[in-house]
Amino acid sequence: MNAALQQMTEPAMPLLTVEHLTMRFGGLVAIDDASFVAQHREITGVIGPNGAGKTTLFNCITGFYKPTVGRLTLAAADRPPMLLEQMEGFKIGQQASVARTFQNVRLFTGMSVLENLMVAQHNKLMRASGYTFLGLLGLPSFNRAERVARDLAVHWLDRIGLTHLADEPAGSLPYGDQRRLEIARAMCTEPVLLCLDEPAAGLNPRESAELNTLLRSIRDELGIGILLIEHDMSVVMGTCDHIVVLDYGRKIADGSPSEIRSDPAVIRAYLGEEEE
Amino acid sequence: MADTTMEKRLPGEAVASKAPSPLLVAVKETIFTAVLVFLLGVLMVGFQTQAIQGQYLSFVTRFDDVLWAVAIVPIGRFLLALDRQGQSWPALIVGGLAFLYFFGAGSTGVMELDVYKTLPLPFEEAMVNVIFGLGALLVFGTAIKSLRTAGQGRRTLPAREAAEARRANFARRLSVVLGPVLVAAAVVLPWTPWGDRQLVDSLVLVLTYVMLGWGLNIVVGLAGLLDLGYVAFYAVGAYTYAKLSTELGLTFWESLPIAGIFSAAFGVALGFPVLRLRGDYLAIVTLGFGEMIRIVLINWQAFTGGPNGIGSIGKITFFGFPFERKAAEGVTTFHELFGLQFSGSHRVYFLYYVILVLALITNFATIRLRKLPIGRAWEALREDETACRALGINPTNTKLTAFAIGAMFAGFAGSFFATRQGFVSPESFTFIESAVILSIVVLGGMGSQVGVALAAILLIGLPEALRELALYRMLAFGASMVLIMLWRPKGLLSYREPTILLHARNKKPMVSGTVK
Amino acid sequence: MEYLLQQLINGLTLGAIYGLIAIGYTMVYGIIGMINFAHGDIYMVGAFQAMIALMIVGTLGISWVPLQLAIMLIVALVLTAAYGWTVERIAYRPLRGSTRLAPLISAIGMSIVLQNYVQLLQGPRPKPVAPVIRGGFALTGSDSGFVVQLGYLQIMIILLTVALMTVFAYIIAKTSLGRAQRACEQDRKMASLLGVNVDLTISQTFIIGAALAAVAGMMVTLYYGVNDFFMGFVAGIKAFTAAVLGGIGSLPGAMLGGILIGLIEAIWSAYFSAEYKDVAAFGVLVLVLIFRPTGLLGRPEVEKV
Repeated sequence: MNAALQQMTEPAMPLLTVEHLTMRFGGLVAIDDASFVAQHREITGVIGPNGAGKTTLFNCITGFYKPTVGRLTLAAADRPPMLLEQMEGFKIGQQASVARTFQNVRLFTGMSVLENLMVAQHNKLMRASGYTFLGLLGLPSFNRAERVARDLAVHWLDRIGLTHLADEPAGSLPYGDQRRLEIARAMCTEPVLLCLDEPAAGLNPRESAELNTLLRSIRDELGIGILLIEHDMSVVMGTCDHIVVLDYGRKIADGSPSEIRSDPAVIRAYLGEEEE
Repeated sequence: MADTTMEKRLPGEAVASKAPSPLLVAVKETIFTAVLVFLLGVLMVGFQTQAIQGQYLSFVTRFDDVLWAVAIVPIGRFLLALDRQGQSWPALIVGGLAFLYFFGAGSTGVMELDVYKTLPLPFEEAMVNVIFGLGALLVFGTAIKSLRTAGQGRRTLPAREAAEARRANFARRLSVVLGPVLVAAAVVLPWTPWGDRQLVDSLVLVLTYVMLGWGLNIVVGLAGLLDLGYVAFYAVGAYTYAKLSTELGLTFWESLPIAGIFSAAFGVALGFPVLRLRGDYLAIVTLGFGEMIRIVLINWQAFTGGPNGIGSIGKITFFGFPFERKAAEGVTTFHELFGLQFSGSHRVYFLYYVILVLALITNFATIRLRKLPIGRAWEALREDETACRALGINPTNTKLTAFAIGAMFAGFAGSFFATRQGFVSPESFTFIESAVILSIVVLGGMGSQVGVALAAILLIGLPEALRELALYRMLAFGASMVLIMLWRPKGLLSYREPTILLHARNKKPMVSGTVK
Repeated sequence: MEYLLQQLINGLTLGAIYGLIAIGYTMVYGIIGMINFAHGDIYMVGAFQAMIALMIVGTLGISWVPLQLAIMLIVALVLTAAYGWTVERIAYRPLRGSTRLAPLISAIGMSIVLQNYVQLLQGPRPKPVAPVIRGGFALTGSDSGFVVQLGYLQIMIILLTVALMTVFAYIIAKTSLGRAQRACEQDRKMASLLGVNVDLTISQTFIIGAALAAVAGMMVTLYYGVNDFFMGFVAGIKAFTAAVLGGIGSLPGAMLGGILIGLIEAIWSAYFSAEYKDVAAFGVLVLVLIFRPTGLLGRPEVEKV
């Protein structure tokens, strides 16, 4: 990425700034004073052993949990910075344009593949349908908006290679397809920050490689930021520009993939302490 | 016969060495059933209590009925047990013969049922015949089914999925045909020789429930919100028109939109605090609200007329022309307008068409709403609320819209009910009404418009037609609810048509099993 | 003050009855996650069987009250348990693993069936029952002249409830049946993989629930002295309200909820208006659910995403 372009479009602030984030459940401290930043046009990996607080972090960012302490600032290019921790859950998707996927895929299984992608464009289409009233009358402006939405959906279906299954119930797809569909659904909300919770879990090596390509192309073509929780190191090392390591809720390392690979604290967390 | 039994077993079962003999299992089950039937019947059937002068209790015994039950029911159980072990012929023969006996030849047939309906004592011979006859039919039917599927072994998962897909496909094709046929039949029926006044009057009732079913379908079928107090909105609509008519003298047509808006407003007001609750909590709270409204209707004497309700509500008019023999000075009546002979049936036929149109409006609105973003959001919310929130969909507002729109249609139906009866009272708005409407939605196959109509015809129409059942009507109603659910847990016609298609439907078969 | 005390006593008695019914709801909900709509009618059947048993006992000339009560209790308990088992076997078991609404509709159907079954067999009119236990302690109020009555029957109801609860708590906490039940509540599939007979456990749950409802039915028969085929509906709704109020799935919660509903009802009727006592009970339920959706003693649900 050349520096001139960066200067032109990038605001001074990073895309997501996490400051002193702490999340307690009763006595359990799931996240303990974690701070890091995720930049525009970068894939930021969040790794760590099981129970390190990665999913909790996502739940704080996407409004499913209210953080006990801390500040989450989202600074997208075209709007004033927003404080995510103060926003009601669904508004983070609606107004802050943060989209996410789930560790255990959450599709609308009874609805068709295409419908899943249309639901993702709900807010846009609601406005176009005049909050249902104009849509009931079948105004041309709404029909146009619906066509545009369908085209976006088809665009993403093409990219994940599921166009031929568009009318099938989402629940009938094989697991790998469901994972990709969930990413496509998140992308249909046209997010500025995409949070992916273990997108490679349960994928075979070929599918993982395809996922790498997809994630990199999303970053490079759309220039959005991606936050990625992943255990599959081939995906993490193959895509991430920057990695944050959590262990027992605390951040123990933060840096480029090569730095992380050689960080003694990370090795300790993953392999355990050597006993002398 | 023993050979065939062996053949029918799966290989694994045949090897299992110490399996008890089929006969022994059947005998054990039979004894258990006999004891159970005795326990169930000994007090409840064996003794009929009677209050003497409302003061103390006395009783008559009916031990013969208990004995009959203890003797006959276990035989059925025995036959079924044998059938399950692979010996279906005894069940087929005995079941068939018993059915013929109970329903016709040997005794008072079912046709003479109405002779007994005036008798105070229940479980008369005829009814016993009917009950045992149905039981025999069950045994017979089970035997036929197992004989037909004999030798196929247990169906595998893909086979069952394929069967499921076939059923959905069948339901879809049936609905496509049946929908227009039903509408056409409904439109022309009053003009045919069968469309006498009594039938049309019954159909008005059926159509009211069809409309209520379609209205509730938005809430339960599409948005997945379990509402057990839907009757509250029906009541609000009915009372709104009753008040507007008696206090302000508004006509039905003027009041209809007001009643709808009022009910919808009620829906929003009730829904707002409770819609964040999940599933069954919502069910119980809506049930509570339904009951609260009824209690208020009973006790707020000054406004609602208390238990006596509100009478002399304005009758429906033909857009201003009343259906009366003689109207007031300067008012043209309906028959004068068209130069007809006056007939009381005109009003009934007109009511029929009004409710038909109202119901169809509900139907088309629902079909349209489904394809709008709001409708898709309802269905998405039903499938996964968490995912919806992640996509930026406001769950509360979306649910509230479903609640309000459902309530609005109930309000329309309510004011129709008020103008048809000319009288409203809290009695018409009990929980059982909510339960009936919900059953119509679920029995029809959630979300299926044609299914809801069929279920309403079945649940409301049949008991109307079988008035001779008299005392047994509600018993049959409840039993059929249970039986239909057991027979078709997903409802009569359950399938889901995508709201938007990328590929034309005929290019691809709709069998989900083919994917992969 | 004395008046309030009297209402507390009455409310507590009523609450004990609601609590016993509520346990049936909460147990079934805990284990298979369905609202057993017919449970109120099982209670009604229990009341009728207790009534008939009492009548027969009287006819047979047994006049020693404790023996009368014991026979009544055992007969009602056993026979009603049979109803509980049958209802589950016929209407719910085939629908296990089906959609969430199917068993609910089946239950509503079963409720209608039971009501009409009893109406057909025993007639539609209310049945009077002559009081068996009369009298009580007069806890005299000092100055106001109002006499607080604590009936022997009320004492019996409260004591019997406490005793049943103790036995019941023991069963759930210590016996293998209780363990199987708690296991099924947590994860039915896993429990069955570990060798718990899930069908049997669920049947037992229904049997216990029905037995407790039968005891409640017997108490109500003695307390109010009048039964009719529709009595299960309102009592059932209130008991379910109690179960939700206490936190559905929680057994102490069901009892607490029952007592609270009983107290609210008694106090509301005494100080405000008897007509709106049900509105008060539901109103409290709505408020609790809005501010504490899991009920008073329910475990807070941490949303798993």
